[in-house]
Amino acid sequence: MDKLFILLLLPVVSSVVLLFVKNIKGAKWFALVASFIVLALTLPFLFSFNPTAEVQFEQSWQWISSLNINFHIGVDGISLPLVLLTNALTPLIILSTFGKNYSRHLYSLILLMQMGLLLVFVALDAFTFYVGWELALIPIYFICALWGDGDRIRINLKFFIYTFFGSIFMLVAIIFLAQQTPENSFEWASFTALNLSSPVQGWLFWAFFLAFAIKIPIFPFHTWQPATYTHAPTPGTMLLAGIMLKMGTFALIRWLIPIVPAGVTAYGHLALLLSVIGLVYASIIAFKQHNAKKVIAYSSIAHVGLISAGIFSWNQAGIQGAIFQMISHGLSVVGLFFIIDIIQRRTGSIELADLGGLASAMPKLAIAFLVLVMAAVGLPLTSSFVGEFLLLKGVYTENVWFAVFAGLTIIFSAVYMLRLFQKCMLGSVNPKWAHVEDIKGFETVVLIVVVFFVVYLGILPGGILNISEASVANLLEQVSF
Amino acid sequence: MGAIITLSLLAILILYLGLYKAEKALLPVTLIGLALALIFELRLWGENPEPLFHGMVLFDRFSVVFSIACIVLSGLIVSLSKEFFHSLKAHVAEYYALVIFSLIGAIAITSYHNFAMLFVGIEIMSVAVYILSGIRKVDTYSNEAALKYFIMGAFSTGFLLFGIALMYGATGSFDLSILRDYVTDNTSSISPLFYAGISLLLIGLCFKVGAAPFHFWTPDVYDGAPTMITTYMSTVVKVASFAAFFRLFDFVLTPLDAYWTPVLLTIVVITLFVGNITAVMQNSFKRMLAYSSVSHAGYMLFAILAIGPLASNGLLVYSIAYSLASIIGFGALYIVKRDVGSELFESFNGLGRKNPLFAGLLTVAMLSLAGIPFTAGFIGKFMMFSAAMSQYHILLLILAAFNAVIGVFYYLRVVVHMYFKNAEDEFVLQISPMHMTIFVIAFIGTLVLGVYPDVLTSLM
Repeated sequence: MDKLFILLLLPVVSSVVLLFVKNIKGAKWFALVASFIVLALTLPFLFSFNPTAEVQFEQSWQWISSLNINFHIGVDGISLPLVLLTNALTPLIILSTFGKNYSRHLYSLILLMQMGLLLVFVALDAFTFYVGWELALIPIYFICALWGDGDRIRINLKFFIYTFFGSIFMLVAIIFLAQQTPENSFEWASFTALNLSSPVQGWLFWAFFLAFAIKIPIFPFHTWQPATYTHAPTPGTMLLAGIMLKMGTFALIRWLIPIVPAGVTAYGHLALLLSVIGLVYASIIAFKQHNAKKVIAYSSIAHVGLISAGIFSWNQAGIQGAIFQMISHGLSVVGLFFIIDIIQRRTGSIELADLGGLASAMPKLAIAFLVLVMAAVGLPLTSSFVGEFLLLKGVYTENVWFAVFAGLTIIFSAVYMLRLFQKCMLGSVNPKWAHVEDIKGFETVVLIVVVFFVVYLGILPGGILNISEASVANLLEQVSF
Repeated sequence: MGAIITLSLLAILILYLGLYKAEKALLPVTLIGLALALIFELRLWGENPEPLFHGMVLFDRFSVVFSIACIVLSGLIVSLSKEFFHSLKAHVAEYYALVIFSLIGAIAITSYHNFAMLFVGIEIMSVAVYILSGIRKVDTYSNEAALKYFIMGAFSTGFLLFGIALMYGATGSFDLSILRDYVTDNTSSISPLFYAGISLLLIGLCFKVGAAPFHFWTPDVYDGAPTMITTYMSTVVKVASFAAFFRLFDFVLTPLDAYWTPVLLTIVVITLFVGNITAVMQNSFKRMLAYSSVSHAGYMLFAILAIGPLASNGLLVYSIAYSLASIIGFGALYIVKRDVGSELFESFNGLGRKNPLFAGLLTVAMLSLAGIPFTAGFIGKFMMFSAAMSQYHILLLILAAFNAVIGVFYYLRVVVHMYFKNAEDEFVLQISPMHMTIFVIAFIGTLVLGVYPDVLTSLM
């Protein structure tokens, strides 16, 4: 069997096996080991990847013969970083749950989710892509609704219906596109080879854009996001913010823009504008939040706003920056949500008004937090600096004024992230929390790994940029405006 | 033909077994008989189809596949219903016999080649189900259901017969081949009688499949009839009716699609919206399933709008997917009603914790009905959408997409109750091994069809 297929199969198999592991401790370790094996199996891809534009490790099997659907998978320089991100974050997310007693079903769902996400990133056939896209929604819905808090049933129903609403029109668009191809094929290559009229592409643009914009989320389709993030359990929030929203931004690069270039010519600027509006809007709201988790949730909207702006500027710097920033944001946001989770477990609150002065009791946590805050701000030597720099360069090349407003993100994020840090960590020590325990054991491991890679990628971004360079250049050559 | 004869003899044998109080033998004998009928159908597989008995029936690939589907589904439902049948103490054999009689009708209307056979088949199938839905004599709702079903059924048969008569007036024959020749030879000079006949036939058939605005009987009948009988009605009867519907339009009326497509389009759109929007309003799981079956009729009608090989494949997959999910859905409802005593959504509270396997299976069934990938329902919906797209019914698809979203809303409701709401008591449902086996079979069927649909689509 093919290596890539095993990579997809292993999480599902582990997920099913987990249903029969009755012991909760055993389930935790089993899930962790399984996710590490998946990660280990990813590394050969990284080492034997040839940084050219070609799709590698390609596999195609006939799936539904009467509809000419193939199970077609493969990785190129654009999807490999995201595959790596997914498989690297999954063990971290699983490890981060070791402090709490979730049921074994959580781990089963996380691994199922991993498979859905991977399928989205490696799919080269629109049907395969759609299957992964929808499949990823089911586990995350259950994770958020089962272990969430507050008004979790209503919030997650909204989340599910909203995202399903977006994707069902994409399904109609996919079927339409397949109808247009000469041999009724669902292949990515035959979709991009189509030459449809501009009005048709305009309609298709919106069908796809809606699906992706809801998932990312781009203003004004973000209304499901803050509540879902805030009331989800921490592993759920990490999956959502760390990996799942990258499905949307990745799909913009892989599916939306190459398939409907004329649609992008017509509405791309509008999408760019929406991204920038969302960025500024979310930043301002983030500043007004009183709940630490909500601050990160809104900052996440701001960051992905910049990523999508970079993508819609459609040039080498913008897209490479977007890919890099997806990785960087995934890492740092998982770290930040984990820190918030630790604070909540120790103090029982994440309301900024209750917190303060935690740094004296938790110096190690404070250091990790500071590094990640710096990363979120985009300070040099952190990975976000590289990503945001490239993104802004890309947007600047496209339009100076957009770049001016998008550039505000750096100032805004400094304001709300430093405010967050200050309210949590600095200031007068609340006597209630003078003796809370600092991070220990697995918590230290997770944070060290995250901090290490945030800094490492900040200093040596070459690896990932090198992987994506040729593929992006090729894509730009193929689809230009 | 072997299958029809076997089943007729089987039903009579079952009645005699009942007479001699051999209640233990009823289910095994029924299943053996069904297996025998299945073998007879399978033997028709490779044969060159020729109309038999002066053009009365034609056992082509389409009819064989749908007959097999009906037989297998009946086997599953009979096994599922065993406990219910036997719990009623009296007249146990009659249930089995009536289900088998009805199945004979179902096979007849998937293989008819003559309007006479269509009419006879529909009557055989329906009359048995009229009795079955009213079989709980002391239950008022059951009586109401039977009466409603009977009156509505008789009414729609009137339309059907009138339509057939008008078409006979125009062509002088009941034979589908002659009707087809008439249509292809006189494309420009079709008699108005024939057109009127098509309209009346369309109305009659829409009554039978429960498409809006001719659906008013469905919710009350499905709700009032005993749950196991509802399962049979919403699966076998429905699948066979659709097969009959498709067969007629595919074989005879395709050249006249310019006439009936607008009418059918309107019916489909009304059916989708009425079924889905009303389903959202329901508080009872059973009524929700009843209205959702109306909306599924809407999706299945896509096949007739887009007649062709893709559509017949799609109809097959959709029917099987819907039937498997319905078997789990109604079966679960039967168990919950028996143990908790209510059909409301609230009675599913806390099942996720108390009966995890059962809740998991029901969840997959609901996801299949909602059309989520890796379940059969998704493949069915996808094929139907593709078929409709091949005729460029884009607006219809956009409306259908809205309906799919509404569908998710109410199918998730039972999932929400099972997993996210806590029950007041710790009462664990007692699920017999027989029920569980049927659920697991339906579950595996749903997944296999969802992951690798070629097992079915390569048949036709």
